[in-house]
Amino acid sequence: MGSSQAQVGQAVGSTAAGKRPRMSGIARKEAIAGYIAISPWLLGFIIFQLAPILAAFYISSTEWRILAAPEFIGMQNFDKLLFGDDLFWQSIKVTVIYVIFRVPVSAVLSLALALLMNQQLAGRRLFRTIYYLPAVIPLVAVSMMWIWIFNPEYGVLNSFIRLFGIEGPQWIHSSRWALPALIIMSLWQVGTGMVIFLAGLQGIPAHLYEAATIDGANTWQRFLKVTLPMLSPVVLFALVMNVIGSFQIFTQAYIMTQGGPGNATLFLVLYIYRNAFEWFHMGYASALAWVLFLVVLVISLAMLRSSEHWVHYEGRTGGA
Amino acid sequence: MRNTIGLPSNRYQLLNLSSRLLIHLLALAGAAAFLVPFLWMISTSLKPMEKIFQYPPQWMPDPILWRNYIEALTVMPFGLYFRNSIYVTVLSVAGQILSSAVVAYGFARLRFPGRNILFIILLATMMLPWQVTMIPLFILYRNLDWINTYYPLIVPNFLGGSPFFIFLLRQFFLTLPLELDEAAKLDGCGPFRILWQILLPLAVPGLTTVAIFSFLWNWNEFLWPLIVLNDVDKWTIPLGLNGFRDQYGTDWNHLMAASFVASLPVIIIFFIFQSYFIQGIATTGAKG
Repeated sequence: MGSSQAQVGQAVGSTAAGKRPRMSGIARKEAIAGYIAISPWLLGFIIFQLAPILAAFYISSTEWRILAAPEFIGMQNFDKLLFGDDLFWQSIKVTVIYVIFRVPVSAVLSLALALLMNQQLAGRRLFRTIYYLPAVIPLVAVSMMWIWIFNPEYGVLNSFIRLFGIEGPQWIHSSRWALPALIIMSLWQVGTGMVIFLAGLQGIPAHLYEAATIDGANTWQRFLKVTLPMLSPVVLFALVMNVIGSFQIFTQAYIMTQGGPGNATLFLVLYIYRNAFEWFHMGYASALAWVLFLVVLVISLAMLRSSEHWVHYEGRTGGA
Repeated sequence: MRNTIGLPSNRYQLLNLSSRLLIHLLALAGAAAFLVPFLWMISTSLKPMEKIFQYPPQWMPDPILWRNYIEALTVMPFGLYFRNSIYVTVLSVAGQILSSAVVAYGFARLRFPGRNILFIILLATMMLPWQVTMIPLFILYRNLDWINTYYPLIVPNFLGGSPFFIFLLRQFFLTLPLELDEAAKLDGCGPFRILWQILLPLAVPGLTTVAIFSFLWNWNEFLWPLIVLNDVDKWTIPLGLNGFRDQYGTDWNHLMAASFVASLPVIIIFFIFQSYFIQGIATTGAKG
């Protein structure tokens, strides 16, 4: 606990050294300038984040078909989604499956790519570019590409599988394979994670490896005893951000599968979108949005809490 | 030297050589797998219709139909979508750079009560799934009569921009020596003149990184424009691409051509400013 607090203190750049009982004129001027400087963010935070979150909670307690006035119905929306809406549970199920498979696999894959890129490699810059590029192009365009890649008859993927004499699945046209297909596609975009890990790897001081080698550690032992512990803060950050991002999956499902077939890819955000902007159930959609908010909050806090047990904070070089 | 671990030096070199070879092979195989979707897109975009539905697939289009691109971009008003996207993106990027620079300056260089707790709140907002705000904001903009305008896409960027950018620029400002501010203060510079005349010129690399990521995110944005822009004439590129698919779903050559063109600005920016991308992710990622 102590170490994680120290970490927060360091991240915030604690300059609270020497608290003065009363501000001098110069300090007061500086404070006023400080408030003016951050005021755009503070205003934006209140208008575009805090107030809407609270408003969403209020709206979730109403029946609101947008054209008529909202009608207060208490907790009925939450009651309905918990006990009377199979589609809600379906959306939770597919979203959680997506997160559970996508996050660890992409973490391992991006770490592997980062380790590879951290070797002496001819044309490393070019390789890095190739691995990272898929992560920057528009998701709508990526989705179009992969609909065609996943085409059961003429797509490149099944053509490749056919080389081995096997007929590939129907991918996004099959209720069984649509979700795995979207997970596979997401692995094409592991470049961001790779770059984060690569930066972390390059921040590990070389003398630690030298010391381990002198102590007789082999490559695998060095990876386990030096690389992984030193990289663990970066791993935590990457995992938390990836979980949060993965819960928000929408575009791929909206474009490639429309949530189907048979609701096999009805992710939570897609279900929120439909309730709000196709069926105009603003109250019910807000209740769903609050569920998303709570789920993401609880899971990311749990991950941050768990970090006490596996994240190693000492001995980082650099730092703000 | 090598003999201390019990290997004759030539054998060690052989081992070393073979492991280096293995690393290169792995990198090549990975790169090939990552490139296939791009090649498939480009190859399809240049094929005539009858060559698309063909097995085994033909990688080199024959004949090469460049006019697929012209057809794809004229059958729907992609020129207009490009203009719309550029308009929204340029203003959003300007807003995000301006506001995140000023806010980051406040958090990095000026002392005021409550600074730490406010900064922790800012960091916490990075973890917020923004979809929870999307319905109330839609209703707000509807009441303001801003639906079908670009205000909902642009205005929020002038108020704080993004916590990621504020964080990134704050880290950048922290690396600049404090003596700069002190000296300027002695010369009678106010805090905002210090920012404008001394710190911002030094922060150009950080600002460039922000500009690039901001461009990328705004250019690629889909869900929020989908909600606030109903009018076909107002569509941005991703919405146009989506609309194209609705109308010409199986014209794979045209669809791939349009997808490639939609990605092209991002690809070009990426190749020019590659090192800034890597650096930006590294600073926000490694120090988060």
